[in-house]
Amino acid sequence: MRNTISTMARSASALAAAAIVAGGISSASAEETIKVGVLHSLSGTMAISETTLKDTVLFMIDEQNKKGGVLGKKLEAVVVDPASNWPLFAEKAKELIAQEKVAVVFGCWTSVSRKSVLPVFKELNSILFYPVQYEGEESERNVFYTGAAPNQQAIPAVDYLAKEEGVERWVLAGTDYVYPQTTNKILQAYLKSKGVAEEDIMINYTPFGHSDWQTIVSDIKKFGSAGKKTAVVSTINGDANVPFYKELANQGIKATDIPVVAFSVGEEELAGIDTANLVGHLAAWNYFQSVEDPANAEFIKKWKEFTKNDKRVTNDPMEATVIGFNAWVKAVEKAGTVDVDKVIDTLPGIEVANLTGGTSKVLPNHHITKPVLIGEIKDDGQFDVVWKTDGLVPGDAWTDFLEGSKDLESDWVDLKCGNYNTKTKKCGADS
Amino acid sequence: MGFAFFRRLALTLLLALTVFAIQFPARADAVDDALALFTTDSFNDTTKAIDGLVASGHANTLPILRALADGKLLYDPGSKAVFYKDDAGALLNARTATPSSADASLLKAVRLNNRLRRAVEAARGGLALLAPEPERRRTAAEAVFKSRDANALPTLDAAIGKETDARAKAAMELARAAIVVTFPGASEQDRLAAVNTIAARGDGDAAALLRSLPADLPESVKAAAADAVDGIEARLAVWAALQNILYGVSLGSVLLLAAVGLAITFGQMGVINMAHGEMVMIGAYTTFVVQDVIRNNAPWLFDYSLFMAIPLAFLVAAAVGIAIERSVIRFLYGRPLETLLATWGISLILIQSVRSIFGPTNREVGTPSWMAGSLDLGGLSLTYNRVAIIVFAALVFVALLLVLKKTALGLQVRAVTQNRRMAAAMGIRTDWIDAMTFGLGSGVAGMAGVALSQIDNVSPNLGQGYIIDSFMVVVFGGVGNLWGTLVGAMTLGIANKFLEPYAGAVLGKILLLIAIILFIQKRPRGLFALKGRAVEA
Repeated sequence: MRNTISTMARSASALAAAAIVAGGISSASAEETIKVGVLHSLSGTMAISETTLKDTVLFMIDEQNKKGGVLGKKLEAVVVDPASNWPLFAEKAKELIAQEKVAVVFGCWTSVSRKSVLPVFKELNSILFYPVQYEGEESERNVFYTGAAPNQQAIPAVDYLAKEEGVERWVLAGTDYVYPQTTNKILQAYLKSKGVAEEDIMINYTPFGHSDWQTIVSDIKKFGSAGKKTAVVSTINGDANVPFYKELANQGIKATDIPVVAFSVGEEELAGIDTANLVGHLAAWNYFQSVEDPANAEFIKKWKEFTKNDKRVTNDPMEATVIGFNAWVKAVEKAGTVDVDKVIDTLPGIEVANLTGGTSKVLPNHHITKPVLIGEIKDDGQFDVVWKTDGLVPGDAWTDFLEGSKDLESDWVDLKCGNYNTKTKKCGADS
Repeated sequence: MGFAFFRRLALTLLLALTVFAIQFPARADAVDDALALFTTDSFNDTTKAIDGLVASGHANTLPILRALADGKLLYDPGSKAVFYKDDAGALLNARTATPSSADASLLKAVRLNNRLRRAVEAARGGLALLAPEPERRRTAAEAVFKSRDANALPTLDAAIGKETDARAKAAMELARAAIVVTFPGASEQDRLAAVNTIAARGDGDAAALLRSLPADLPESVKAAAADAVDGIEARLAVWAALQNILYGVSLGSVLLLAAVGLAITFGQMGVINMAHGEMVMIGAYTTFVVQDVIRNNAPWLFDYSLFMAIPLAFLVAAAVGIAIERSVIRFLYGRPLETLLATWGISLILIQSVRSIFGPTNREVGTPSWMAGSLDLGGLSLTYNRVAIIVFAALVFVALLLVLKKTALGLQVRAVTQNRRMAAAMGIRTDWIDAMTFGLGSGVAGMAGVALSQIDNVSPNLGQGYIIDSFMVVVFGGVGNLWGTLVGAMTLGIANKFLEPYAGAVLGKILLLIAIILFIQKRPRGLFALKGRAVEA
């Protein structure tokens, strides 16, 4: 036994040595590169969603290098795999920043992974672009949030249902973790402020990967038979969605009876479901693959070429990654350096074209402006955009509908503060 | 000069009018106005178009609405002409219902949202009440029941008078009652009769309708409606309890399927196989591959795809199981901790290899048409795929019992489990039996994967969701006892479903875990403990 261990140790050290040598060679031969870190899970539960974003960053780097790189230097991707393991996210972030000396990191999907890397980015002073819709209530100097804040997704979706479908009764169904919990808290406060009674709101949480939806779906059916138009607002995440929608279809709940509007179901998630029975159920995003726009059409074409797969779909977090990447490139070119502090100061005010025909702007609170789109599921697994906001909606880090959060404001340009309390006129007020 | 000017003006006007008339030759009637509104790509205009079309009484209204509901109503953005495709796929002009030679690739489909879908259903319901097929008349009546469109009342009365099919007639009378109960001119008597008719339907939809009655109705009607709602609710509560038991049995049969393979590898052989869930996953992926091949080569066989997948999944998973047993586990018998670590490693390897081969995203496994929909028995409703899984689980369980009790292999397996050295002395090749047993357990897990592919994600993580539950079932039921696994699975399934409505899905699961921990403290060997020498082995 001891013998094996020592052999293993020896081979491991040999491997490490080889890696160091290899690393030395690569950095010597490609001296003039700017390193870009990619921190997305390639294994474990979240691999299903995050692998695509890794490919997106690689795709964008490839495109940028074809245009000659940034500041005359080629970009070089450094990909690590945090394996859906939240503490490992922090370790890998440290590795990217301290060892690899990357100029910027694109990464994270779940809120818990973002919270886990925050201290690392603050301590080692680097930049993280976070491309996923999230619950808000956060604004950090080192993070740029290119996904939707609640006011750019959840609240417009609820407004749409109330106005267009006449919904009066609400089921808030979600997976049991921070994003759905906070979003549902905000929605509950918002609905109550609009005069919805307590008994017209049903809140339901399920564990990650929940697969037996029989009781819950029949409860929803029962809740929906109170004589008022009912809708489900779903913050159900990841793998649990497929069995949920299958059960809805099997129990004969059609979108015309009880529509479901989802915040975490996009083109990628629908790829695993037969959507014939889901036609009419909704999703709220800031981008859909089906958006008719020349920029989008070209992006999809190039993406399919890059992945060499004609069936690859695009989705909202991909667009957010693209916007973040382009904003960073623009800021670096404007600042003339990849220096972290200078880039952070340059980013607010940068404008980049999004893929839905508009121009997204990076705001002083490190969120961006985005259009809000409501799409209905079609039978080919794509979405039909049935409604969109007139203009772009600026992301609000601190929601106006929760006590303790409505007085807070984030402004990294003038106030230099992510949680400025407008009542006490103090920064960092732990309310 | 003045006169000449006016004459010229009049002439110009006349000319303009003529040109206008030539350009839009058939703009004259309501049908064309309605059809034109389909081409503006605005949901509000489409609503008006539907109303206008129905009001016009155009002979072609029903086919147009059907095409609209199916997304087959097309328009030419340039010429603003409207077309639709019939069931055979031929393109017809909507105005004239004559075949059209327009280029289908230039046409756009009229888009729908949920509000419009409801409007279309209501309009079709009103129109299809006089359709020749009783089944279509019945669904039309259902649609009217939902829409409560008072405009359909005259048609409904006419249809009821002519109706010969009992089910269609009942549905129509219900629909009529739903309209009459709120119809402005109806008498109190009529309303009360309508409430009774609706109450007799006795399901959630009826209760919903009665609850949503407007407040300005006579007191007697409101009281009758409230009574009816109470009656329906009391009855539904009883059904709900029964329904919960059924849900529990259905969840239990899923647990049984996932755990029964483990009951063999862990229960009979004592191998803690952490890669058990991955055998289930391999079975599910086998189903995907089978369906993929069928889709590409022989689509007409699709409804039988699962029957082909079952033996294949068994063979593939069994082969993988035997390979694992021969290459790793056989060196680790009697060293449970190392087996646990080794099989856990194997499980990670299997997950990552599947992820590399098939990609990290979910794979779509289709549901054969005979498994879609649900079975309604009184107030119970059980979806066909759940029924199929319950039946399948029962068949697998019985087959496994027969194999273990009635075949030579089963006899040898039991002999080796109970006393390995004695069995070896009797001439049984014990290591061959070990491999076969492990293969059998893995193969059964593979068959479970076929069933689970119908209700869960087919993703590399599929197996991980079931491994804990499987161990729970086997330990709770009693290691080494198939009947224990059956009782354990059903108990856990039903208990889970009764806890869920009160405690929520998350807390329910926690409570169940605590209950099992306490139970194991009291009875470490589970519900049905093996007695005798086997325990000592």
